Amino acid sequence: MRSILLVAFNTFREAVRDRVLYNLIVFALLLIGASFLVGQISIGIERQVLISLGLTAISLFGVVIAVFIGVGLVSKEIEKRTIYTVLTRPVRRWQFIVGKFFGLFGTLVVNTFFMAIGFFAALALQAHRLQWADGWLVVALWFIVLEFVIITALALLFSSFSTPLESAVFAFVLFIIGTFSEDLREFAQAAHGLTRIVASGAAYLVPNLAALNVVGRVAHDQALPPSLIFYNTIYAALYATAAVAAAVLIFERRDMK
Amino acid sequence: MLKKRGITVVAFAVLAVSLAASALIVHLVDRMSADTRLEDVLYLPSARVLKRVSLGYNTLVADLYWTRAVQYFGSKHHSRSSRYDLLYSLLDITTDLDPRLLVAYQFGSIFLAQSPPEGAGQPLLAAKLVEKGIRHDPENWKLYYNLGWILASEMKDYQAASKVFERGSKVPGANPAMGVLAATTAQHGGDVATARLMWTQIYETTENTAIRANAIKRLQALRVDTDIPQLEQSLKQFQEAIGRLPRSWAEMQATGWRGPTVDPLGSPYLIMPDGHVEVADPEEFPFITRGLPPGYKPPFTPDISPALAGNSQQNSQPQKP
Repeated sequence: MRSILLVAFNTFREAVRDRVLYNLIVFALLLIGASFLVGQISIGIERQVLISLGLTAISLFGVVIAVFIGVGLVSKEIEKRTIYTVLTRPVRRWQFIVGKFFGLFGTLVVNTFFMAIGFFAALALQAHRLQWADGWLVVALWFIVLEFVIITALALLFSSFSTPLESAVFAFVLFIIGTFSEDLREFAQAAHGLTRIVASGAAYLVPNLAALNVVGRVAHDQALPPSLIFYNTIYAALYATAAVAAAVLIFERRDMK
Repeated sequence: MLKKRGITVVAFAVLAVSLAASALIVHLVDRMSADTRLEDVLYLPSARVLKRVSLGYNTLVADLYWTRAVQYFGSKHHSRSSRYDLLYSLLDITTDLDPRLLVAYQFGSIFLAQSPPEGAGQPLLAAKLVEKGIRHDPENWKLYYNLGWILASEMKDYQAASKVFERGSKVPGANPAMGVLAATTAQHGGDVATARLMWTQIYETTENTAIRANAIKRLQALRVDTDIPQLEQSLKQFQEAIGRLPRSWAEMQATGWRGPTVDPLGSPYLIMPDGHVEVADPEEFPFITRGLPPGYKPPFTPDISPALAGNSQQNSQPQKP
């Protein structure tokens, strides 16, 4: 356990030193501020565009951070040969992978926290007060964090066996496919025979990111059922666990030479 | 050191001059192609494609398309254009991406319905847009209000407008004025029987004193507007038979004729020398369209909206005619 925490803390410390991180956070905050401008040149959507743009910026930039930092988590250590130093310590390979996962996830949670502060500040400035319906925005942010859990795990999985460029491409492609996961399941249901089997397998293998995207609903102040929050949380935990387990399996057998 | 500073100065100067010159070139190119701008082109004309491209962030893309629609309408309106070719497409895509964007239906339909140069002059498309909104959100009474307004104000189809207002009045939480509007438009469209039924219903179901008083005035006006043509027809028949107009209603009744001779307030209708019939006091009937003296302009009397009338109940209840 201590080894995992040490690797996680070290990963977090290295991640926050990355300048790309700060640039992306600043850019996300700028986009949130820009939503004020959009509200000025439109009619009746000031609050909605602030929520849509704000949450979308947090989500997309968080995914970019997760992918760009995540794909190098293992491969950079191998490239720099620092992994040998780490593994000669009493740190098992699986502890290394799990620690990396929690380190990056912690980084993303902290980033989301700061972006959320900027987001709620903008909302309070626009509406001159926060209201009870804004509570659903916290749920939307929680779902974004769950999205990061999944993407981080996938980036780590790809990083455990491929180059950073390939890992980035795989991770982004899975992110995009994950946003269409509902369509994929509908297609699988409409298909027949072998196509149905393959499509169904693919539909359940890709991450169900569509269920985590509630930006449209909270932008219209619609309530979210507690069961959705529960199921999404369990799903993200299970999916990330599976991806990290796969990363451990691959990394345990990987030849470092 | 001096050489380095010299290079820095030259580099800054080149940077500033290059930027300024490029900005000038952009301005010149814009002026050259002013007539061939692409602003009237929908970059992505399909909501289906946009939904894919937006990666699930449909609401945000809908907001951007709505903003684009507003800017498009604004620029056309500002230049007093009579053509708004892209407006409906932009609004259609916006509402496909986010069917719950109420402002797009409400304001978009107004932009579409009004005659040029105030709007696009496309009331049919405006109605189609709002009907789409109603399909997605049938429990939103405001959409029925929008549709009824388009039908009554722009398409002059008062019967259809009345039906829409009536549908909207039955939506839970609807503004009670929707019922008033249903009855008003029915009356305006000449459907006296429906209008009478609606005003009676309003009178019997509301507890608001101002609305009940307004309903009474409307019912009285309906009665007068029904009585006057009937009386004038009877006078014409009397004149054809006898060769002159009757001196009083009693003379008509002496011939066996039976008809209304007093207005809803009990004052006798007046027989004018030219065969027309007028009410004794037009100011008592602000909503009548018949029986008015020539040149008389009734004062503007709005139908009372519950939102304006307040909810207080007074002791004396107005009596139904």
